[in-house]
Amino acid sequence: MGYEVKLEIFEGPLDLLLHLIKKNEINIYDIPITLITEQYLSHIEMMKSLNLDVAGEYLVLAATLIHIKSKMLLPSPEENLEGEEYEADPRSELVMQLLEYEVFKEAATQLGQRPLLERDVFKRGSSAEEKNVDEGKDEIDVDLNVFDLVEAFYRIISTLDKTELMEIDMEKMSLTEKINEIMDRLAEKKKMTFAELLGGQLNKRMILYTFLAILELMRLRMIRVYQAGSFGVIRVALVMEK
Amino acid sequence: MEDSKAIIEAIIFTSEGPVQVDKIKEVLPDVEKDEISRLLKELMEEYEKRGGGFLLLEVAGGFQFRTRADFSYWINKFLKGRPAILSRAAMETLAVIAYKQPVLKSEIDRFRGVDSGSSLKGLLERKLVRIMGRKDVPGRPIMYGTTKKFLEVFNLKDLSELPTLKELKDLHEEA
Repeated sequence: MGYEVKLEIFEGPLDLLLHLIKKNEINIYDIPITLITEQYLSHIEMMKSLNLDVAGEYLVLAATLIHIKSKMLLPSPEENLEGEEYEADPRSELVMQLLEYEVFKEAATQLGQRPLLERDVFKRGSSAEEKNVDEGKDEIDVDLNVFDLVEAFYRIISTLDKTELMEIDMEKMSLTEKINEIMDRLAEKKKMTFAELLGGQLNKRMILYTFLAILELMRLRMIRVYQAGSFGVIRVALVMEK
Repeated sequence: MEDSKAIIEAIIFTSEGPVQVDKIKEVLPDVEKDEISRLLKELMEEYEKRGGGFLLLEVAGGFQFRTRADFSYWINKFLKGRPAILSRAAMETLAVIAYKQPVLKSEIDRFRGVDSGSSLKGLLERKLVRIMGRKDVPGRPIMYGTTKKFLEVFNLKDLSELPTLKELKDLHEEA
């Protein structure tokens, strides 16, 4: 047997407070602060017990409520001063904020009820055009297999100066470092060609690491590699999180 | 001159976005702007009277053919797409921006009582909201406002078509 928990979703502390005021059928200009503070705090307790994240803003308003409550308990110092105008109700600022929020909440509801494009009303050619804007127009994407990459690898190797190949590179470079470097550079540029990724580092070790890093990133589906036709430029792009 | 109306109709049919009167005037320099507006109004009425699948509507400062809202179910079925829905948080954020623009993020947060960062980011990505500049105060914070796309998506001629905050307040009190 399971429990059915019905929870109201609140957009924030002001929303919760408005809900409590409505539920108790309270006059917003004369909020019984003790009652509301109690209910507000017990609501937060409930949210916590349900393991919901209670955002910091909820706690800020809780503190504000308690502050107002304590202020209302204290005799106002201004009462003793004669000729002084009535002192501000400690609740007034909060009431103002609530009223303002209420109007925007209504505005949001009204906006949502309008006939929305792509939800209620449609213009000509609604479907295809908007969804394909991100794709490059000049190139047809052809997904690459590993062999194409290997081929590209060899093509670059073969252009290397033979003497340079004889050098022993003692610099240690881990695959993880290379992967991170590629991700960093892609995060900045979004799309790069294989040649660009190699940069000027035309030694075998670097090319090898770059190549391995790309394979690993492809396996992890962090990047997409594609090519416009055979022998075309190989492009590496970051997979966008959706 | 009888052709003007048909030409205007053809221009709007061809265009991807809403067509402004000025654009029509460029094509038909001999026709007065008032006349163009009058013909547009006639066209709008004709489509309305015909009671077909679509209407000619004034949105985002221009004119565009749009399907009748009554047929949304079938069009969604045809496009096999899930309609784009904005979350309540996003709608609230958008409402504050629409009414208070140019507005700072800190002001939006204050009106809503919560952090609006992620909603704001989503709205910027969907191009419903844009950066209008920086406010000339310490820290030079960014000011946000709505875009033309906002008007298009929400089927608005311009911002003045939105109910005023006072009207909303009265509306709320009646409810």
